[in-house]
Amino acid sequence: MRRSLLAIVFFVALAALWGAIVRAQIWSPVLLPSPLSVWDYVVNAGRDGTLLSASIVTLRRLLSGYVIGLAIGLPLGLLTASSTFVEDTIGVLALGLQTLPSVCWVPLALLWFGQTESAMLFVVIMGTVWSVVIATDTGVRTIPPIYARAARTMGSRPFHKWTRVILPASLPYLVSGMKQGWAFAWRSLMAAEIYVTILTGFGLGHLLHYGRELNAMDQVIGIMLVIIVIGLLADKILFSPWERFLHRRWGTGKR
Amino acid sequence: MSLQEELQGPPPAKLIVDHVSKWFRQKRQTVHALDDISLKVAEGEFIVIVGPSGCGKSTLLDIIAGLEKPDKGHVLADNEPVLNPGRHRLVMFQESALFPWLNAFGNVMFGLKLKPGLRNSERREVAKFFLHLVGLEKFMEANVHELSGGMKQRVALARALAPNPRVLLMDEPFAALDAMTREQLYGDIQRIWEKRRKTIIFVTHNVREAACLADRVVIMSPTPGRIREVFDITLPRPRDFNSIEIARHASTLTAALKEHGAHATLTG
Repeated sequence: MRRSLLAIVFFVALAALWGAIVRAQIWSPVLLPSPLSVWDYVVNAGRDGTLLSASIVTLRRLLSGYVIGLAIGLPLGLLTASSTFVEDTIGVLALGLQTLPSVCWVPLALLWFGQTESAMLFVVIMGTVWSVVIATDTGVRTIPPIYARAARTMGSRPFHKWTRVILPASLPYLVSGMKQGWAFAWRSLMAAEIYVTILTGFGLGHLLHYGRELNAMDQVIGIMLVIIVIGLLADKILFSPWERFLHRRWGTGKR
Repeated sequence: MSLQEELQGPPPAKLIVDHVSKWFRQKRQTVHALDDISLKVAEGEFIVIVGPSGCGKSTLLDIIAGLEKPDKGHVLADNEPVLNPGRHRLVMFQESALFPWLNAFGNVMFGLKLKPGLRNSERREVAKFFLHLVGLEKFMEANVHELSGGMKQRVALARALAPNPRVLLMDEPFAALDAMTREQLYGDIQRIWEKRRKTIIFVTHNVREAACLADRVVIMSPTPGRIREVFDITLPRPRDFNSIEIARHASTLTAALKEHGAHATLTG
């Protein structure tokens, strides 16, 4: 309670500081709109449905790309951790591609898929897969070998060992890998939406882009805030329960 | 199978280690870990293998468990060659090797779930029975990290006993515990062994522990790992870890270890 109160005070103070800077008229209000005008934009865009439909478009792309990315990345990571051949081939590839900023996929996606949903999806998947591969791989490698030995003596066969020992044992790494994958997917999608205009749906990134085109700074900042809030909520809703569970079971961290 | 029959379980097994040798090939050199080890273990016998670190005693245990393969010779459990790990020979490791994603009950259930021919309700009964046996019935729902070192080893013991193995292999299971907890566990393990007769092979570098627990103590020396001497300990049970007889036997064992050029700790 005291902590949330403190957080509220902090953000109110931040907004007040912002308001004060605007009133001091150091920069033109076109470049730095007041918090109230940003708030007005958000409220209006919320009322007329722009915000909701853009968020839905964006989240739909994000979720489908993310889920596909996980579905590819998790098994790949398990493979790179269990076979030296896959490690030396796919593993190296994953390491290399993970360092590639996901914006770099945008030109390629545009040429391959044109201005379509597929291009968006492709960029998000490429942004997600490699970090998930790396995290899964690290997770499996970090498991103490004694777990697998103990399981073997109790009669655990390879398939059982993977599903009942290796996977649950690497769960903390998998969750942080999934979280990282989520962050990468989010970044990639925003990059894609800002750079690529497609007619099948305007996402948050497009709103941001048109805010710039129209010189509507209140829109730009308003959408940025919405993106931040969605990111925060996703973290709290998707990952925090998992992390709390893991911390409780493993006895790591403190919450 | 009724629960009672399940808890009765099969009789303890006879083990024969027959001229087993083992080398570990590393990049620079080959380590001769075990040299021509032969050992006969009777049904329900409590064998303690003592030796300094590097004498290959854990390797021997792994071979008996089926986790490692010998380069020469073989191991027979009830005249069947040991080729793979199997739930008739369960291992208790030095670190508890409990699974942190399961609670105490879930850990004990892990091996039971791999045992065919039981209904799940029976498995749960068996798991409860063994957690009760090691005195942890109140901690069934506890997470692994919430348990003390001694409690973890008790859960590990319950986990190893629950599927009713015929042989229990213990690899320095108490080495990481403090002296008080350890002494308590010596009492427990003797009590449990009286109730649930198993063939036990117990590896340690602590001679006093050996004297307290063993029917027979096998002394090993390193490079390469060899069996040097075997002592019978015929003291009545339960034995008190701090008794004079145990101390006397322990000093005999220490003398034997020294004679074979090996150092051991007296009290651990």
